[in-house]
This record gives sequence, structure tokens and C-alpha cells, in this order.
Amino acid sequence: MTLTRRALLSGGAAAAALGLTGCSGLTPGRRTGGSLDYWNLFGGGDGVRMAQMLDVFRTANRGVDLDAVTLAWGNPYYTKLSLATLGDKPPDVAVAHLTRMKTMVEAGLVEELLPEDLARHGMTADKFTPRTWQAGLVEGRTYAIPIDTHPFVMFYNTDVCEKAGLLDSSGALSPLDTPERFTDALRRAKEVTKAQGGVVAITNETATPWRIFQSLYGQLGGEMLADEGRRVVVDEARATQVLDFLQGLTREGLAPASADYQGTIATFANGQAGFFFQGEWEISTFQTAKTPFSMTLFPNVFGGEKYAVQADSHTLLIPRQPDRDPERIDRALLFIRSMLDQSKTWAEGGHVPSWLPFRDSAEYKAMTPQSNYATAADAAVYDPEGWYSGSGSNFEIITGSIIASVMAGQQAPATAIAQIRDKLTNLATTAPPI
Amino acid sequence: MPHVTAETAVRPGRSARADLAPEPGRGFGLPAAGFLAPFLLLYLLFIIGPAIYGLIMSFFDTSAVKPGLSSFAGFGNYTEALQSGDFWSSLWHTMWFTILTTPPLILIAFVLALLADRVKKGRWFFRLAFFAPYILPSAVVALIWIWLYTPGLGLIEAGLGQIGITAPNWLGDPGWAMPSLALTTVWWTLGFNFVLYLAGLQEIPRDLYEASAMDGASPWQQIRSITIPMLARTTTLVAVLQVIASLKVFDQMYMMTAGGPNFATRSILQYVYDEGFTNFRIGYASAVSMLFFLVVLAVSAVWFALVRRQERGL
Repeated sequence: MTLTRRALLSGGAAAAALGLTGCSGLTPGRRTGGSLDYWNLFGGGDGVRMAQMLDVFRTANRGVDLDAVTLAWGNPYYTKLSLATLGDKPPDVAVAHLTRMKTMVEAGLVEELLPEDLARHGMTADKFTPRTWQAGLVEGRTYAIPIDTHPFVMFYNTDVCEKAGLLDSSGALSPLDTPERFTDALRRAKEVTKAQGGVVAITNETATPWRIFQSLYGQLGGEMLADEGRRVVVDEARATQVLDFLQGLTREGLAPASADYQGTIATFANGQAGFFFQGEWEISTFQTAKTPFSMTLFPNVFGGEKYAVQADSHTLLIPRQPDRDPERIDRALLFIRSMLDQSKTWAEGGHVPSWLPFRDSAEYKAMTPQSNYATAADAAVYDPEGWYSGSGSNFEIITGSIIASVMAGQQAPATAIAQIRDKLTNLATTAPPI
Repeated sequence: MPHVTAETAVRPGRSARADLAPEPGRGFGLPAAGFLAPFLLLYLLFIIGPAIYGLIMSFFDTSAVKPGLSSFAGFGNYTEALQSGDFWSSLWHTMWFTILTTPPLILIAFVLALLADRVKKGRWFFRLAFFAPYILPSAVVALIWIWLYTPGLGLIEAGLGQIGITAPNWLGDPGWAMPSLALTTVWWTLGFNFVLYLAGLQEIPRDLYEASAMDGASPWQQIRSITIPMLARTTTLVAVLQVIASLKVFDQMYMMTAGGPNFATRSILQYVYDEGFTNFRIGYASAVSMLFFLVVLAVSAVWFALVRRQERGL
């Protein structure tokens, strides 16, 4: 099945490249009756759990012929999704990050989800985490259903932290909510591990440096872009404060000045680091590795009263359909609702569920360490709006690369900020291609 | 473009053999056209057609997520590219990579072919050993070398540590990232040039060596005065193919560094990819491709001239 879809897609892409989009009148492979094509970008543990959820859907809806395709995440995914939709061969349902979904909406590639259709499937605004739901609206309209929030979090090795005296009497980590406490904890963890204090991926990695920067910068209330990405508003003072802090961590040897994504995972899994900073999705990795660990909110280092942390959400949307068949939309909504009903399975992978019937349940509260950081969803800072922004976008690549160079000690914060501003201004002043 | 140059480089070797010289008038007419048609059709459809369409798009603000060509931009895309620091730096990265990879890929391939050719026993093993990495897909090569280079845990770093050398931050240091990628590429693609040289070596008549040996030539003199001159054509071919292959670099950089750290290894093709497929600016990306095409064309023209001169020299 995957093969035919690939072939179909590449055919569509080639046709689009040749400007032959006119021939899309005939849509082969679009079976009548209850077919449902679903595209997602989940690999690893998420991929396994998604497959379980799809099986549950298949068993409950035997009449629907579900065809799920998993593609590599990042820019290529959104390019494929856009081209397939543009070529009038979209899937019926697709996963998109909340921050990328908006660009697709602007490009006219997403079907609006009408309140009456949603209500028929019991999906109303009051059933979702308010912050997540609000963040997903475009001009007050709904285009996508958020299934989760995936914040940047802090993993900590419980053995190391205990030996370092960082746990309170109940076994929970004492708050690290000031720069001093944060660095002190890393220092003490380092004394225990004799290797690293904390690890954060900065080598050959752009998303992670951006996530840790944005979390701290968001706590200071800093903004990067304004006017839907047409203006760069990097705050010199706040950005310098964050970059100084991050550079200090590697300069003082509390975090390695060179560590790639897999390397940070290996280091933390081996117990050679007390702390690991990454999105919550790595939970399955350490459960499999049997690392003694727990997870909590990324510390509120700079926020004071107000907490903030970088996050994004996975949403399910219906790409623009050539014919807008109400039955197909209905099937798609049935599928989306089924995914929400299986929030428990999804939450096992670390994601904070946005579906309140589950999130407010005792069952979720009993899920640890997942529920430890559930409030991150309410304090989520999403990537700024702009056609070049969002998870895995050029915006993240630019900012992340430059932030990584500061953390690796290769560049001073001042020149880095100038470089960020320069590169982003290039994009901001370019006429949006969407 | 590579096809044309490769053809030119190979041809003299063939036509030098008189028994294979084409009869006048042969190779033309309807049957020939019939045989050519399947290739020609695909070539027109997938190479020439898109190239022309790319040229057209480069004069428009074409978007990947909007149907049609969008508004006319004139030379706007070209002036934007020529004024863009990102364009020039990525073009330089591609050039730098070519400079770093081409000489070793020619020299080492030559030396290894020479050695493998002289081995008396187990020649098949050396041939296989040097050629084997070439058959690996780029993704596999990237994964293997990412692990070799991984800071803190990598095999190379550990190995150097054993003998008391502090390893640099291979892929994380802007100065080292490109040489590290070049090293990976040399290991990976050496086999192709190696095989070409090996074939070239076997074409050299043995009696030349025997005759020179009787005249008292040392092995080193034989290499200098017989092997290297007799391999001149092979060297030209290898050099042309290598320069073009290096200029086309994309996979290993995209997978191993994604153009980082801080864009220090973003090749021109990745710049095209970033602009076209990530930023959806197909028009601008086409303009950059066209500019790069001019560069490749210029490089090819130089080699073409060299080959012609070599041909006349015979």
C-alpha cells in the first residue's frame, strides 16, 4: 500500500513540477466506500503507540478501510503534505504540528472544521486544554484538533540526584527555579557522576538548542517575531541574558560543549549525567533502558511568578479536499475522535493530553512521571507565527544553529544575536511564498 | 552535463582502436532514431523538460504551495541570490568540499590501484576491500560515521585518546566539520576511482615493463615514465567525474551535519533545497540552481578543453 501511495505522490509531485496540475481531474486509487487515508510522522515509541491506536480504531470500525502512512518528520513531511494537497490527492486526515498547521491554513490547504460537524462528534472547545485550543485557532476558526502538548522538560536521574542530596523527603526533586539553584544542582550532580552534570544536545542539532533557549527566553517574556513574521523583534537584553547563562553552563563544564542527540541520550541512559533536557517523548527510551529516572517541568529559572516553557502540539487536520465530500469529512472526524478517546495510550509516550475528559481523570493523575509536568501545557510558548516558523522550520534551524554555536563556545552572545537578527530579517522581508 | 563530459573523455580510447572505427554513414537513419527514442523520450521528459521549466520559473516568484507561476520577477531572483551572503557562503562550501575531496580521491585511488595491481596473492580481497564501501547507500555511510565522530563516545575519539591525542570536535566545530565530511566521503567513494584506475592499469601492455626492465629501469622509474603517462586518459576521466561528483555533494552533509554547525557545511544544493522545499520559494531556488549550473558548466568547459588538447596531442 505504501508503495502505491508513494508512487501516486511522486507522480503528483512530478506533475506539479512540470506544471501539469491540470490533469488532476481523474483521481485513481481513491476508493469509494469507507476508505480513510491517514498520514503521520510518528517514529520510535510514538509510532508503536500510534499503530496500537489505529488497530483499536480498525477493530471498532470494521466498515472503514484505514490506510495509514508514516513519513519522516520535519520539513520534508510538510512539503509532501502541501504538494499532495495542492495536487488534489490529499490524505483524509493528517498529523501536523500546531505551529506548522497555521502556515498550511494561510496557504489555503486545510479544511475548516465547522462547529456543528465537531459537535456531532462531541468535540467542543470546552473539552480541550484552553491554552492548546486557543493557540490552534486561526482568526477564531478551528482548522485542527490538538491531541496533545509536547513540552520541553527536565529528565533527572533519581539515583544521582539522591546521592547529590537534591531530592526532598518524599523523593521528589527540590525546585531548581533560580539560576543559582539550577547551576548548583548541575554542579552537585557532576560531582556524583564524575562525568557530566546535565546534557543537552547541541552538536549537529538545531531544534534542541532552540527549545532550551525559547523556554528561558519565554520565561523572561521575550519575543522573536511580530506581525506574523514580518518583523524581527529580538530583545537584545533578554536574549543576551539567556545566552550568557547557557554559555556559562558549558564554560563551567556543567554541560558538555559538544554532544549530539544520540550522545546525550546514551550519556543520560548510562547514568553519566544527572539531568537531561529534551522533549518528553524520550520517556520510552529511558524506560526501555531501565534508567532510574523521573521527569518534571523544565525549571522556571528566570520566570519568577510566571512560568513559561517551549512546546508544540500535535494536531489532526483535514487537508483541503477537491470535492469536499461530507461523508469523508464525517469519517475523518470519527477517526479524530477515536484518537482523542485513546489519549491514555498516547499519554504513555509522554505527551500531555489535550483531551480534558482524560486529562482531568484520576487515571491520568496516577500516571507518573507523565502527570508531573502536565501544567506545562498551560504555560506553553509556541514558536512565533510566520510562514517560515514552526517546529522543524527554517526559523528553528537558523536560531538553533546559532544558539548551538554560542553554547559550544564558538561565538559570543552579542555576535550571535546580530547573526540571528540578520538571517531572520532576510526571511521576514521576503514576500511570503504562501 | 556529466554525461556529455564523461562521453568525451571515454571516446578517444575507443576510436583509437582502428577496428572499431565507425563506417561513414553508419549510425544514422530511422533505425538509429528508433533505438534512441526510448532514452531520448525519457531524457526530454525528465532532464530537458524540467530544466527548461526551471529556467522559466527562475524568472517568476513561483511558490511550491501555489498553483501556477505567480508574478513575473524578471532578474529579481538572480540579483537577490548574487547579493545574498548565504548564496556565496554555500557556494564556497561546495567549492571547499570539492577542493578537499578531489586530490585525495585521485591520488589515493591511484596508489591503492597500483598496490592492488602488484599484489601476487589474494588480489580479489584487496579489490573487494577498497571497493566495498562504495556500494553502501549514503544513509548507511552517514550513520556509521556519525557514530564514529560522536563526541565523548565516538570510536575515533576513543582511539586517539589511547595514544594521547585529544580529538577535535569533528562534526561540531565549524573548522573541522568540512574536513570530517571530506574524510567520510573519501572513504566512501574511493572505490569507484580505484576500479577505473585498476582497469586502466590492466590496459597498459606488459611488454613495456619488460622492455624497460631489461634496460635497467627501476620500479619507480617505471611508474614515473610508463604507468603515469599511460594512465593520463584515465586520470582525466577520473578527475572530471570526481570534480562533478564533489560539486553535487548533498546527501552526506544533509544527513551528518544538516549544513551545520552554524551553516558551516551547507552546500549550494542544500541551499537550493532549503529555499525551494522548505521555504517553498521554487522561483528563487530555480534561479540559484541556474547560477550553480553556470558554475558547473564553466568547470566542465575547462575539462573539455583539456581533453581536447590531450586528444590532439596523440
